[in-house]
Amino acid sequence: MEVAKVEKVTRTYKVGEVETQALRGIDLSIESGDFTALTGPSGSGKTTLLQLFGCLDQPTSGQVFINGKDVTHLNRDQRADLRKETLGFVFQFFALIPTLTAYENVEMPLLLKGVGADERRETVNRLLESVDLVDHANHRPDQLSGGQQQRVSVARALATHPSLVLADEPTANLDSENGRQVMEIMQNLNKETGVTFLFATHDPRVIKYAQKVVTLRDGLIVENNGNGKK
Amino acid sequence: MTQLIKLAFRNLNRNRRRSILSALAVAMGLTLLLFIAAVLRGEIQGSLDTTIKLVSGDLQVRSSSYVEEKSSLKWADLVTNPDQVAAQIKTIPQVAEATPRLYATGILTVGNTSTGVKLLGIDPNSSASAPYANGMLSGTFLTPDDQSGILIGQPLADKLKVAVGNQIDLYANTSNGDVVQQSFTVRGVYSTHTPTLDESTVVLPLAKAQALTQTTNHASAIFILLKDRDQTDAVATAIATPGYQVLTWQSMNELVLQTEQLANAYMFIIYLIVLAVTATVIVNTLIMAVFERTREIGILAAIGMKGRRIMTLFLTEASMLAVGGIVFGLIFGWLICLYFEKFGIYVGNLGTTGFLLGDRIYALLNASDAVTLTLVALVVTLIASLYPAILAARLEPVEALHGK
Repeated sequence: MEVAKVEKVTRTYKVGEVETQALRGIDLSIESGDFTALTGPSGSGKTTLLQLFGCLDQPTSGQVFINGKDVTHLNRDQRADLRKETLGFVFQFFALIPTLTAYENVEMPLLLKGVGADERRETVNRLLESVDLVDHANHRPDQLSGGQQQRVSVARALATHPSLVLADEPTANLDSENGRQVMEIMQNLNKETGVTFLFATHDPRVIKYAQKVVTLRDGLIVENNGNGKK
Repeated sequence: MTQLIKLAFRNLNRNRRRSILSALAVAMGLTLLLFIAAVLRGEIQGSLDTTIKLVSGDLQVRSSSYVEEKSSLKWADLVTNPDQVAAQIKTIPQVAEATPRLYATGILTVGNTSTGVKLLGIDPNSSASAPYANGMLSGTFLTPDDQSGILIGQPLADKLKVAVGNQIDLYANTSNGDVVQQSFTVRGVYSTHTPTLDESTVVLPLAKAQALTQTTNHASAIFILLKDRDQTDAVATAIATPGYQVLTWQSMNELVLQTEQLANAYMFIIYLIVLAVTATVIVNTLIMAVFERTREIGILAAIGMKGRRIMTLFLTEASMLAVGGIVFGLIFGWLICLYFEKFGIYVGNLGTTGFLLGDRIYALLNASDAVTLTLVALVVTLIASLYPAILAARLEPVEALHGK
């Protein structure tokens, strides 16, 4: 089943008088349960594409579909609702709220979604267990290592049972051991829960975890192994 | 909502010093507002109380032809049989005191120095004379049958360099337009702490004043004090009699009351200035917070927090700053007002000629001013925080995530 799809998307940034085409017409479909890596050199458009899938940004032209629904022209609030209900994010920097504990960070999307207290507690504890951070539940981000923070991010991304988790360079700021741990946790969660992952990376050690690899260059897909589309 | 409050509280706690300073700005603003309001209120109220106590009374009964500005002493312009009229008025239950008074003008001469004065004839035994009796700085108070004694205000005594026991010459107008001269002994020097009055008024026993001005058995006015000032109109109606005019404290003190209105208008402008400064501090703090936390706002937006909620978060932070500041402002303001309510601010002789002002202004903080100013401070702070809150809510998630 198709979780997300982009059709002929382009994205042009305008800085002053200069226009930069980050994406030049991309078709890509993400199937349920995929564990897909978006790769390519810096500036190839990985992050931009990820942001379009994540409804954080809107394409200059083309269409974006999430769970079969055209979400290209949703307004801000509708996109916020969509992100809350169906998407999870893991960012390159450890994007946690510094004033909240690990537990509260994971709980936040559930609160936004209006999940009841019992279910929240059960979900947060289960997720913290799955990323091996039960003992650090009450630690603030500044009391956690980079690897631990990124594992909290992964737990938070999965809190609302999203259809798709988008991870932008999730290991870029981690040493190889921590990077390996985070990737293994994501891979295990993908296998155990079937949650779909799409991550951008240019680290070959990360790419090897992917079932499918899509390579971008200059805003175009130059290689799409295993997806059948180019 | 609980989570939002928790988050807001922790955000404020993150930069504790800045939050405290911002709340302090609100506190100082409110303290200043309360203080200004209390001083102005105290000044007006004090002036009114002084004027009523010393000059106008709550009510006055005069002959219908009496014109205050002329201080006329013609019998036709005076109240005849004033003791009898006063005794009758005193039978009204709401009346605390009614006593005849005579107002005349004259010239006081000591050696080569002369000065124009107002002559005030009072019944020394009346409770309405208490402000003079209690204000004796030296010498003794008058007795009703004192034929040669006079009381003189302290600034006037200083100006003429006279003291208790000294002789002074008084030239006074009489009822038939003549001028008589007579020597008096300074029986005492008084101060009502009202420089404008004290520097221009000499006090005589009513009988002597009447004898001097040839107005025996007449008085300029019956000076009336009430048990409760709110009863003024009721009593005024009760004592209205043809041939007499009844004046209320409002009509006799129009200038003070108009001054109060003018003062209120000025106060409003001062409020605006103080609040604008306070609001600027709050706006500044919150804008800094928005810039510092841009990426965090991006994260919250990315995980699905809507703009409205982000706005609410910042407004909650502003409310906490405002409420914290207001609590401290009320405490500081109340303490300062309490101090100046008790000890007053010495202003000396401001030289006001239109109305009586004490040499000390006592602050007067009333509940309605305190409540109004508190609410205004809260509302202004919240309105000021709208801009930064909207700024935060409008951040695009993508840009915010890339912000630092």
